[in-house]
Amino acid sequence: MKPPAFDYLRAETVGDVLEGLAQQGGDARVLAGGQSLMAMLNMRLAKPKLLIDIMRLKELRQIERKGDAVVIGAGVRQADLLAWPDLAEALPLVSLALPWVGHVQTRSRGTICGSLAHADPSAEMPLALVALGGEVLLRSAKRRRRVAAKDFFAGMMLTARSDDELIEGISLPVVRGSRFAFREVARRHGDFAIVACAAMKTEAGVRFTVGGVADVPTARDWPRLEGSALDDALNGFAYELGARDDVHATARYRRDLVRMIGRDLIGEVLQ
Amino acid sequence: MTRLKADARHSVRFTLNGKPAEGEAEPRMLLSDFLRHQLGATGTHVGCEHGVCGACTVVVDGMLTRSCLTLAAQVDGCEIRTVEGLAPSADRLGVLQQVFRRNHALQCGFCTAGILMSLDHYLAKNPAPTEADIRDLLSGHLCRCTGYTPIIQAALVAAAELASATKETSDA
Amino acid sequence: MVQAAVRSANSVDQGSDTPWVGRSIERVEDAALLSGRGRFIDDLGVQPGTLHATILRSPHAHADILSIDTEAAKRLPGVATVLTGSDVKAVTTSLVVGVKAPVECWPIAMDRVRYVGEPVAVIVATDRARAEDAAELINVEYRPRAAVVDPLGTLVSGAPVLHDGFPGNLASDRSFRYGDPEKAFAEAPHRFSIDIRYPRNSCTPIETYGVVASHDAGEDAYEVLANFQGPFSIHTVIARALKVPGNRLRLRTPPDSGGSFGVKQGVFPYIVLIAAAARVTGRPVKWIEDRLEHLTASVSATNRATTLSAAVAADGKILALDWDQVEDCGAHLRAPEPATLYRMHGNMTGAYDIRHVRIRNRVVVTNKTPTGLNRGFGGPQVYFALERLVQRIAIGLGLDPLDVIKRNLIGAGAFPYRTATGALLDSGNYQEAIARAVEQGRLADLKAKRDEAQAQGRLYGIGFTAVVEPSVSNMGYITTVLTAAERRKAGPKNGAQATATVGLDPVGSVTVHVASVPQGQGHRTVLSQVVADVFGLAPKDIRVNTEIDTAKDAWSIASGNYASRFAAAVAGTAKIAAERVAGRLGRIAASQLNVEAADIVFAKGFVASRHNPENRIAFSRVAALSHWSPGSLPDDAGQTIRETVFWTPPELTPPDEDDRINSSLCHGFIFDFCGVEIDPVTLETRIDRYVTMHDCGTILHPGMVNGQIRGGFAQALGAALYEEYAYADDGSFLTGTLADYLLPTTTEVPEPEIIHMETPSPFTPLGAKGVGEGNCMSTPVCLANAVADALGIADVTLPLVPARLAELVRGAEPPPPAGGAAIAPAREGDRRLRGEGQASVKGAPEQVWAMLLDPATLQSVIPGCQRVDRITDTHFRADVTLGIGPVSGRYRADVELFDLDPPRAVTLRGGATGALGFGNAEGRITLAPDGRGGTKLTYSYDAAIGGKVASIGGRLLDGATRVIIGQFFTALARKAGGGGASGGGFSLFGLLAKLASLFGGRR
Repeated sequence: MKPPAFDYLRAETVGDVLEGLAQQGGDARVLAGGQSLMAMLNMRLAKPKLLIDIMRLKELRQIERKGDAVVIGAGVRQADLLAWPDLAEALPLVSLALPWVGHVQTRSRGTICGSLAHADPSAEMPLALVALGGEVLLRSAKRRRRVAAKDFFAGMMLTARSDDELIEGISLPVVRGSRFAFREVARRHGDFAIVACAAMKTEAGVRFTVGGVADVPTARDWPRLEGSALDDALNGFAYELGARDDVHATARYRRDLVRMIGRDLIGEVLQ
Repeated sequence: MTRLKADARHSVRFTLNGKPAEGEAEPRMLLSDFLRHQLGATGTHVGCEHGVCGACTVVVDGMLTRSCLTLAAQVDGCEIRTVEGLAPSADRLGVLQQVFRRNHALQCGFCTAGILMSLDHYLAKNPAPTEADIRDLLSGHLCRCTGYTPIIQAALVAAAELASATKETSDA
Repeated sequence: MVQAAVRSANSVDQGSDTPWVGRSIERVEDAALLSGRGRFIDDLGVQPGTLHATILRSPHAHADILSIDTEAAKRLPGVATVLTGSDVKAVTTSLVVGVKAPVECWPIAMDRVRYVGEPVAVIVATDRARAEDAAELINVEYRPRAAVVDPLGTLVSGAPVLHDGFPGNLASDRSFRYGDPEKAFAEAPHRFSIDIRYPRNSCTPIETYGVVASHDAGEDAYEVLANFQGPFSIHTVIARALKVPGNRLRLRTPPDSGGSFGVKQGVFPYIVLIAAAARVTGRPVKWIEDRLEHLTASVSATNRATTLSAAVAADGKILALDWDQVEDCGAHLRAPEPATLYRMHGNMTGAYDIRHVRIRNRVVVTNKTPTGLNRGFGGPQVYFALERLVQRIAIGLGLDPLDVIKRNLIGAGAFPYRTATGALLDSGNYQEAIARAVEQGRLADLKAKRDEAQAQGRLYGIGFTAVVEPSVSNMGYITTVLTAAERRKAGPKNGAQATATVGLDPVGSVTVHVASVPQGQGHRTVLSQVVADVFGLAPKDIRVNTEIDTAKDAWSIASGNYASRFAAAVAGTAKIAAERVAGRLGRIAASQLNVEAADIVFAKGFVASRHNPENRIAFSRVAALSHWSPGSLPDDAGQTIRETVFWTPPELTPPDEDDRINSSLCHGFIFDFCGVEIDPVTLETRIDRYVTMHDCGTILHPGMVNGQIRGGFAQALGAALYEEYAYADDGSFLTGTLADYLLPTTTEVPEPEIIHMETPSPFTPLGAKGVGEGNCMSTPVCLANAVADALGIADVTLPLVPARLAELVRGAEPPPPAGGAAIAPAREGDRRLRGEGQASVKGAPEQVWAMLLDPATLQSVIPGCQRVDRITDTHFRADVTLGIGPVSGRYRADVELFDLDPPRAVTLRGGATGALGFGNAEGRITLAPDGRGGTKLTYSYDAAIGGKVASIGGRLLDGATRVIIGQFFTALARKAGGGGASGGGFSLFGLLAKLASLFGGRR
């Protein structure tokens, strides 16, 4: 169980990264925290010809307040963000969800943007990005663009990133005066979510986002719903997510969790 | 920019437990293999090579790190700490190690190095952990022999002993 | 710097007069293990020039091997050789099989694979990474066969047969009858039955298998270093397979081993394989198993289908048991199987006084990894049925489950007690143990808590279990699988030779060597205590070596680390050896001190007169005398340099003519109870309190005994709640990573409340009994009983996966809203991926049809396609590179067209294979004019994905299917928009290959 052979490029500027991506395209992979990519390399599931290590780039390691948004660079580790003093105030949902990402020993290396790039449907950071309506900042040698969360995740492990693009960072809106709730069910602490849910109070009512069920984290905006109207909305959503069976849970169990946890969390933020 | 070719071995230098270490590695060589088979630091063990079991956990530049998910080339120039650096000298054990022995917090000892590194790193920053804190920290390690509870007990005892030792030192 | 420089604590109390045995002294093993100085197999250096092996394994559960092309692999720089089945066959013979049948058992597939993960080729190269590079270049052509994974399904007429020598997949079928069960059942007022499916799991040590082998061609002798754990009866199996006498197989073990729990017995087929590679290459060869290999193909405990019935009196007294056990040993019956089934044969009545028993034992083969030793070894399977049935009897009769347990216990005055099936239970007082546990474990509080919780509508339950824990296996128990006549022909097998050697060197320091092969249990520490007590020394004065070298050390077939035999047998044998040396030293000292030998005592480093302690001589001086001045020894003393003792208990007799077998020497007692609460939303089981009472005879080291209990408890908790080696119906293995095979962690395992009672065994030198396996027997069923109590359900299957509990306790699901998509009914174990869809394509059906049959078009429409070859007009082959996200792989695809109805419909059937796995599928495409000059294309497909991708990516497979279907429609729409014909039909072909390229890693 050893990785296949690849070249290793230690980038010293963002330009190095973009040049490498432009030259090697789909055969290049950006190596950040490595917590997903390295496991895939060891299992020989991925076979890039070039790994581009971006972790020596100080400019990618910033967490910045920019107006009503927080911009998190590609080199920001999960542990860095957890330790950011403004986290609970600026990004309360992230502060609830982030401790569920892996374990202390993986958060210390794993990056926020790496988790988004990997686009595992059960992962917490993609869920938070979608729930908050954040944006992904993409950059290639030719251009820069911003992609909204809902457009970024194209499917299981598929994103809108082109082969020559680097995820430079993400921008998460600072939502004021709202209430958030997050809950995750996994077989064990630290496992991929069977179902993860986030609820956020909005001006019109509530936004409810679910990860671990559909191919991508999926959000719904509802007016203030109660009683059977809420039950019906949750039930419809549970079915629309298209849950499937796997070795850890059944589709029915996932739908049950969406219905029950949804009710709890929505009640919590709307009370 | 440094580009290391896939089919060649390249020099890797870092500080290992306070001393300079150097060896050669292909880009694909894992830090765990480099430590064990190039440098002979076999105290760091390999249990799964996909980042789950935690046996290979070391500290790189102050960060807990799965050495099986890290390339040797990535840590060039870094400061690395492994289980071999925990004891104050070859014939003495540190407080954490002693407490592990006293509390029967290990049996086969294969997973132990990684657990010690997590605790050593954590307790330095969190001198008064709760049991829940320790359980959360160590949920990133698998142990098949002990049933974990003696490890948790040892961690709490070690935290208390280290705190009182620090206090005595500062009082003095 | 966290740790302070404090001198290491030394708990050894030189002044104490109390014996060392029975004290929790610090372990001698620990300083090295805590400092990174352990010496595990992969920590040890190897001879310069040692080669490294990797193993190519079958992605199929059942298939014929049509060809293996190793040429490209052999040409890769650094590759020494590639061995396939025929190469191994040239230098070895089949492993012996434990039942009489014309069946072979090879460590590598010959012309057929029978489980996912079965070795197909061994690649030997300068390093592991290069060997793995080469493995990817090997092209194996398989012809899949139907697979069977269910132990009852494999017996059904028409099931695929794995071995011609096991007709109907039945390897053994024996029936036993003890007492008069028919009469008891006929007369009993009640009959209760339970059907159990015990799942597959494993104790999965954190260190995997390792082997380093070399071959001396001049002497035709093998040297092997392996983290094998015994039993060393397997040495004979290995030597025979390697076609050398035992004295030409030198098998050594490393000083440290990273856990085993039985599992490392299963390294032995790999010893044969790697030794064969060493012989073929003429170089030492090293192989360290990786975790994916370990989970997929190392060894598993048996899964078992059991029907257990009891004849029961109105008061809950069990009058007779009727066992029907179908034991699933996987694809090969590997030594020592079917031992898992027979290890408990003397103990089929548990802790109960039941005189009438009927047993039918069948052993079957299925397309799963072969089974072997695992902590508990047969006990979990038996007790799950027995103790679940006891709870069911109580519920059925309206009794308290604990009262039913108590009503059936063997009487305290009945020991030694001969069970109906032949075990001789050495000692115990089960009533007292339960009484103490109930009191000290505060059962009354727990019951009050349950009542309160239930009154509040919470899901809280209590479970009980009583278990007799056998230890020190009779090497003859496995012959119970043979008939009495077959046994007479084969000759008797019985006993369990334990051995220990005590040596004194020329300065009088003491060395102990045993063949117990510890895997972390601390044998060296306990032996130092035992021998220190005999010699009046301190443990630090005794140096213990537990490595084994079959060329130099004392050993026998029972040597090794299994059946919880250390404390009861090995430690006691060391005591006997030390006492023999001490007896001689006593005579020497008596002559020097001018006292009677009977007056001699060993204490505090001296050999002294009991009556006049001042009259003494240093131990080391007496001990050295045999070396320096043998002439001055008294005539009757003999040498004191080295004493090797072999000890086997006389109680371990062979099975008798009526198939009664004393399968184990010692029998501890365990009584567990627990309270669990189940989350009403997630249905996760939380253990509130777990109380475990153990009577394991004399306790040699309390800290280690508790360590064994806690460790076994945690593994059992895993088996009860999380762990299963899961297979799909097609034989695909589904839990190939530690993200899928879920070991409990710190956040799942509570501290059990441990209570002890000591009833020494009269049959062992120290009065000790085994204790290592008990909770693996008692805890899974205790938790299951508690969950059954909490939820009020009758049938509980392990592991207690919340989603499975949901099926048992939740009523009909709210239907989907009107207009929503219908939900296909779930099919348990069926992993086939099915789907259908349609698209509108520009161009008439005739045009679309033409595209379907044109290789050039195909090449342009199949993503990642390098080449398409037309074999015939309706048969195509292609090389494709496909990926999703970062996952990519190269595949060879083969598609045939059937049922052609041009230009209206066609059926495609084909598959793709590559390093990451294989996919095969069948799809039907129909083309119809859409009335606007275009074509309405509809398709349906039915695909199966297997191999590596299924075992490590199962979580994502279904979702990935949808991803690809989405891409399919996108591509189709684009093609259609471009005004050309669609290659849509062949996207299906791409789909097959692309599906196989999926995975699931960890973040």
